[in-house]
Amino acid sequence: MATASENNAKAYWSATLGLLAKILVIWFLVSYGAGILFADMLNGIKLGGYPLGFWFAQQGSIYVFIALIFYYAHAMGKLDRKFGVQED
Amino acid sequence: MDLQTTIYLVVGASFALYLGIAFWARAGSVSEFYVAGGGVHPITNGMATAADWMSAASFISMAGLISNMGYGGSVFLMGWTGGYVLLAMLLAPYLRKFGKFTVPQFIGDRFYSKTASTVAVVCLLTASTTYIIGQMTGVGVAFSRFLNVDSSTGIYIGQAIVFFYAVFGGMKGITYTQVAQYIVLIFAYIIPAIFISLNLTGNFLPQLGLGSDLQGDSMPLLARLDQVVTDLGFKEYTTNSAGSMLNMFFYTVSLMIGTAGLPHVIVRFFTVPKVADARASAGWALVFIALLYTTAPAVGAMAKLNLHATVNTAVKSGGDLYAAESSLLNEQRPEWMKRWEKTGLLKWADQNGDGRIQYYSDSGLAEAKAALAKATKEGGDVAKAQAAVDAAQKKHDEAKAGKFAGAGWKGNELTVNPDIMVMANPEIANLPNWVIALVAAGGIAAALSTAAGLLMAISSAVSHDLIKNVFNPNISEKGELLAGKIAMAVAIVISGWLGLNPPGFAAGTVALAFGIAASSLFPAIMMGIFSKTMSDKGAIAGMLSGLFVTLFYVFAHKGLFFIKGTDFVGMVGGVNGWFGITPEAIGTLGAIVNFAVAYLVNKMTAPAPKHIQELVESIRVPKGAGAATGH
Repeated sequence: MATASENNAKAYWSATLGLLAKILVIWFLVSYGAGILFADMLNGIKLGGYPLGFWFAQQGSIYVFIALIFYYAHAMGKLDRKFGVQED
Repeated sequence: MDLQTTIYLVVGASFALYLGIAFWARAGSVSEFYVAGGGVHPITNGMATAADWMSAASFISMAGLISNMGYGGSVFLMGWTGGYVLLAMLLAPYLRKFGKFTVPQFIGDRFYSKTASTVAVVCLLTASTTYIIGQMTGVGVAFSRFLNVDSSTGIYIGQAIVFFYAVFGGMKGITYTQVAQYIVLIFAYIIPAIFISLNLTGNFLPQLGLGSDLQGDSMPLLARLDQVVTDLGFKEYTTNSAGSMLNMFFYTVSLMIGTAGLPHVIVRFFTVPKVADARASAGWALVFIALLYTTAPAVGAMAKLNLHATVNTAVKSGGDLYAAESSLLNEQRPEWMKRWEKTGLLKWADQNGDGRIQYYSDSGLAEAKAALAKATKEGGDVAKAQAAVDAAQKKHDEAKAGKFAGAGWKGNELTVNPDIMVMANPEIANLPNWVIALVAAGGIAAALSTAAGLLMAISSAVSHDLIKNVFNPNISEKGELLAGKIAMAVAIVISGWLGLNPPGFAAGTVALAFGIAASSLFPAIMMGIFSKTMSDKGAIAGMLSGLFVTLFYVFAHKGLFFIKGTDFVGMVGGVNGWFGITPEAIGTLGAIVNFAVAYLVNKMTAPAPKHIQELVESIRVPKGAGAATGH
């Protein structure tokens, strides 16, 4: 039978994977989605002088990436404390 | 003060600064030489990582390639930033928890095999050396302009300086030097961009300027640029894709996972004090990188517009592009063009004998004519070359409803190596001398910092992971340091030699290096963390097959070991023969092969033993991370 600490580690890992999956979906949507797959479609919309698909590919995706990493660091810190596995 | 003196002064001052810091922080022990004692703050580390990361390819070459490729250049922008998300989430915190110095060490321990670690060293050396070839191309551009010499001489001088610099530095020197280099290079990049953006759009932020209307024009800058380049026969700037959509996809994936798999970047995350810092550090690195990366598309587009406006006066006035007097008289060409002609990276050849410069997309006419002239002179296949000229002539004369032919244009007359665009940018825009000098200093800083970081990775791979861990465990600290320095010297000579005849523009060559890292190291590290049972045999088979597929395809296009004339493109079904994928994008396929082979082999062999599975469980939780150790 698994010990409590093993169960805790398992739960922590699956919570981590859940967070990763969520972030990777957004990561994929802004770059490969808006920047490549749907770029032509989005180019019909203008953001100032930028066609929107072009903007996502050359500007927008990068801003979202930064936000994603800091959100990840923050959310992981919360998970660490919730499961009591943070560093001393 | 004249321009050249100003350049010498500014570049000299920046050098004095780096060397001063390197001297002040001279590395003592082996551990300091590699990871700066494990105690660097996340923001400092982020800045140093950014300098390490933003090489000659990012600084000198990338915006020029974007300028050339338009929307297709987005692969660099997304690829070289999106990888940090993967790095922060999938690798950095776990490798930090693991707590060793190098990537081959991780692979060797996790896959409980010296063979695995040796294979990782081979992958690392292949990727890093390819990367440095790209750097050397960039170094050549920077030094040739800086010293007013041709680009080969620029490479020789650059080689000597990189050697001196990396061999006597070490990581600790490098960490603080790199912070200084980051500051120099980011100012050098952004200041001219601000000037140019203000000039063209009245908006001082280049990121917004690129999306604004041109001053004195009712049109957005990008719309005007689209119009000008399509009128001149080029593809529309904002939609010109890099090959098929599949290729764009593969190209971006390859750069992203290559970023996460490049050892000289990963090693940065061993140097932060805590696992939590490793996560945030990647974020800070990306903030500092994004400053340059969000500016680059503006630099590219604006430089393109300015270049066209320089050689064709109708671009600014909105007049007739094809009118004879719109094309610039060669005699009246600006000083900067003459300066760059000396490097051999900008050339003018009068095709129609009117003494004016016509710069447009000519359906390959000028190139076909040059090939014909060469064939006639050297006794090649003249009939074939003549047929190519005729075909190009026909396309040329029909293009744009005959407007090129009607204007008496007989082929494109200006060749501009895209690698010079950033360095020439402030000159094209008539900016003050100190800005031009600053850009020269920035270009050199970018090239030096990355070359140094890569050489450190090569040095530690050879001395630590190969010699100490595999061949001679009893080697002394001194012997280890010496072996590392010899490895650096060899890498510099090889890459400098190959850099003279580079496989592509700086950023393109660097993209190949990313493909190699993407197909070999990234999958192995990732499986090492996310699969508890992945075995030594699975990982080794995966790395080897991923590396093989990628190198086979790349060498087929670019020559065996990048040596000119040894390409065998027929064996892969012609240029881009696999699904239209370019060699720069093939790393993605290599990575898929790597994962698949590893999975299959793992199914057929014994899973990782219990103590390894426990090791994997322990690196997944931050608790108990000590300082990084080498033993």
